[in-house]
Amino acid sequence: MLKLINFVLLAAGSLMILSPLWWMFSTSLKTMAEVMSFPPTFFPESWNWSNYIRTWEAAPFTQYTINTLVITTLVVIGNVLSNSFIAYGFAKIPFRGRNVLFAIVLATMMIPGFVTLIPQYVLFAKLGWVNTYYPLIVPAFFGSAFNIFLLRQFYMTIPNELIEAAKMEGASHFYIWRKIGLPLTKPAIATVAIFSFNGAWNDFLGPLLYLNDENLYTLQIGLQVFKGQLNTQWNYLMAGSLLVLLPVIIIFFFFQKYFIQGINLQSGGK
Amino acid sequence: MAKTKSAMRRKETMYGYIFVMPWIIGFLAFTAGPLLFSLFASFTDYNITTQMDFVGAENYQGLFTEDGLFWTSLWNTLYYVLFSVPLTTMGAIFLSALLNQDVPGIRVFRTLYYLPAVLSGVGVYLLWMQLLDPGTGMINLILGWFGIDGPNWLFDPEWTKPSLIFMKLWSVGGAMLLYLASMQGVSKTLYEAAEIDGANTFRQFFHITLPMITPVIFFDVVTSLIGGFQIFQEAYVMSSNGEGGPANSLLFYNLYMWRQAFENFNMGYAMAMSWILFIIVFILTMINLKLAPRWVHYEGGDNR
Repeated sequence: MLKLINFVLLAAGSLMILSPLWWMFSTSLKTMAEVMSFPPTFFPESWNWSNYIRTWEAAPFTQYTINTLVITTLVVIGNVLSNSFIAYGFAKIPFRGRNVLFAIVLATMMIPGFVTLIPQYVLFAKLGWVNTYYPLIVPAFFGSAFNIFLLRQFYMTIPNELIEAAKMEGASHFYIWRKIGLPLTKPAIATVAIFSFNGAWNDFLGPLLYLNDENLYTLQIGLQVFKGQLNTQWNYLMAGSLLVLLPVIIIFFFFQKYFIQGINLQSGGK
Repeated sequence: MAKTKSAMRRKETMYGYIFVMPWIIGFLAFTAGPLLFSLFASFTDYNITTQMDFVGAENYQGLFTEDGLFWTSLWNTLYYVLFSVPLTTMGAIFLSALLNQDVPGIRVFRTLYYLPAVLSGVGVYLLWMQLLDPGTGMINLILGWFGIDGPNWLFDPEWTKPSLIFMKLWSVGGAMLLYLASMQGVSKTLYEAAEIDGANTFRQFFHITLPMITPVIFFDVVTSLIGGFQIFQEAYVMSSNGEGGPANSLLFYNLYMWRQAFENFNMGYAMAMSWILFIIVFILTMINLKLAPRWVHYEGGDNR
């Protein structure tokens, strides 16, 4: 009996979770007249796939996509390389001052973003980096607290004997990191890669702050401008939103286990 | 022998610093340096192009005594945190309790409930603007089926903050997964023993599950409190003109800081604001840490 109630609750909840996404899809196919009709309809009267083509052509979305892909790719590469390298140092090399430094890593997670955002802007402005991609990409190559923490948890599971044995045979830490560390932490690296992809793809604040030139805009900023131009043409706005969200949805369904791994590690490496 | 050992240790230390060097450089350049600069700048009148004029505590004084919008934005943010943190926490716990059962299709359910947590950015905000649209949106349509005349949501200052809280509840899946992972770590023998004693499912939930997951509740409350105080993008995209309207009801702390920094170029003033926020968040986190021993359960199970 309880099981049945549970199932019914879960099914009802699923409707609440999914109906906004269905509504986005449905609205994106409607004509403007149908969008404005009252009461609104759950299913489009006719499926106007051409809305998608119109939306895509109404703003330079192709350019925005290329820009976003360039930034996202570089951010993912930077995050994977730097965090994996740094985390290896924190996990597998015993050195003086390591615990103090790692405590600082964890402490930086508690600093509200805006406290560093404004002075960072001043720094990048003085460097002449405003209106370039540098402020969005360069910091990714210097590690981030959460990812260092996550990857360090993973490296901790590699037995020290393995590292010692490799050292006995004359391998350097660089070699061990590349040949043993990287392959054995692949699942965690996939997690970092996917979270950084999502973070960079959805980043709004960074591009909003640093990019003024329309040719440099990312999809998020493009969509925001598009919203201002179209105001209440919900069919086009929903088509645009869905197109921007689609890569994230697809990646989610293909790689869900890595999302879950990341979440589990967050709760203390279970 | 002793000599080679210390030489080896020195070599390890050198390697250690090489490996963590990228983080050290990043920390100095993007965190510590900016923090020091910001602390100093918060006592100056500064707009990037001019010299920094030292004005003492004037920025702080002005914020507390003359700036009504500072208090408005602080109130808006507190309101949001006060409602969104308990609601999302309870929602996530409730959902994970449902998803922790053996029900047909449970894997599909878990995936579905987590999906909104990965969706963010302008696309999602636009979607919610449409869902909440009083005339053409889905939510008032559904409320209408039940004979409820839905509010004007984002157009009514009374309802703008609740609107954002509903949106937040939709994406509660991230926290839900955290709770689910910890619920699955609770030892089965505890439940078996309770069953023998005749405790029903509800008693088991309140007397076993809930106490055992308190460390995760603590973690979730602390992080969502810190996160809640930093709400910005939602308000920037969804409020009228991105200015925090209507009637400043969505003028959150960070949004007001943003406007001071990047619209008015009152950089010193904005940095003073950021330090006040830092102190508020820090004090609240400390209070949480102090209160934790009273209700967080740290023994047995798999909590260490």
